[in-house]
Amino acid sequence: MSQHVLDLRDVSRVHGSGEAGVHALRGVSLAVAPGELVAVMGPSGSGKSTLLNLAGGLDAPTSGTVLVEGTDLGGLSARDLAALRRRAIGYVFQDFNLIPALTAAENVALPRELDGVGVRRSRAEAIAALDEVGLADVADRFPDEISGGQRQRVAIARALIGPRRLVLADEPTGALDSHSGESVLRLLRARCDAGASGVLVTHEARLAGWADRVVFLRDGEVADDTGRPQPAATLVSGRRA
Amino acid sequence: MPIRHGLLALLERGPMYGYQLRTEFEASTGATWPLNIGQVYTTLSRLERDGLVEPDGPADAGTPSPGGSHGANGKLTYRITPAGRAELERWFATPLEHGSRPRDELAIKLAMALTTPGVDVRRVVQSQRSSALRTLRELTRRKAQADPDADAAWLLVNESLIFQAEAETRWLDHCDAQLAGDGRSPRPATTRENPTEVPR
Repeated sequence: MSQHVLDLRDVSRVHGSGEAGVHALRGVSLAVAPGELVAVMGPSGSGKSTLLNLAGGLDAPTSGTVLVEGTDLGGLSARDLAALRRRAIGYVFQDFNLIPALTAAENVALPRELDGVGVRRSRAEAIAALDEVGLADVADRFPDEISGGQRQRVAIARALIGPRRLVLADEPTGALDSHSGESVLRLLRARCDAGASGVLVTHEARLAGWADRVVFLRDGEVADDTGRPQPAATLVSGRRA
Repeated sequence: MPIRHGLLALLERGPMYGYQLRTEFEASTGATWPLNIGQVYTTLSRLERDGLVEPDGPADAGTPSPGGSHGANGKLTYRITPAGRAELERWFATPLEHGSRPRDELAIKLAMALTTPGVDVRRVVQSQRSSALRTLRELTRRKAQADPDADAAWLLVNESLIFQAEAETRWLDHCDAQLAGDGRSPRPATTRENPTEVPR
């Protein structure tokens, strides 16, 4: 059992095989505790998206272990994996991924209905979740009737409804102006302070400032982790005359 | 100098004595740049010498007392002069020159790291970036805990520090990408032009 909500252990992912194989991730370990928000940064091609896909069970590692709420995703059948993904993990994407034909409340209630919770109770939970993110008054509006910042806050409410407490966010403020972007991060931070765990992929340092620590990926490896102070003495190698 | 103009701006609100100026300066800037009382009085006497401020009456009476500006409690209060007001307007109206900033130690350090044998520049870059991100986290925490109305002035200062730290990380990202791109090994700087020279 792991006390971490998310635990990646020595995870590697190779796309293709043999000489043509591309090492997207090499031996990465990352554990996220309840209440913790971890930002993942790095240049494009450094493995950020691969890491997020592995953490969310959307992709499987070539080697290593991914545990979500203590469950090894590698040991699950496709069906159980799909169930765990739905039950334990919320996703927030750059383009919101709200269903345009459903109201804000219906979008937020959807995962609960898929969980088998009744319509009435799902709606009540959705309204409560929207209220928590300060959007109770737009519950019955459609996504194209609310602002981009509001849409993304609806997406966060949806990601964390019910028993879910792991939210994986991929550039969640990408299309938003800096003020709306900040309100999204403020919310993500608040949800983590209330006990959720978050992984935030971003290229903006100002947004990463909301995280408890920042993990840098470079060429598929963890280049640094702000939660792990680096001794200054290792910066200079070799002897000089 | 920012202290000089900061004090002028505070005196534009009304006459104040030294300790008050110090308190108000720190209230406005979130104690980001703590002032000691000596700096305040030194700056005030220079401002007075330049005719930008002048002694005012006692703080509590509100009327200038002829022949002496010490109030009953011994506090010397100052007020802004018309010349001081003009200087303040000029300060607000004139953008700061980038070239007038003090030497950038970090840029110098990286330039040196690149040309000093045995130094892993990318690790220097990375450790600086992590440090900038820790700073960002602290500044962001401060922001998260602040009251947007009561703390509006220092939130603005805090935001400026956030953007500066962000700019530093972006510059470091750029350096890192460039260093990765050309697989550079350290070499002497003697063959290079001087890129740090600021055009006048």
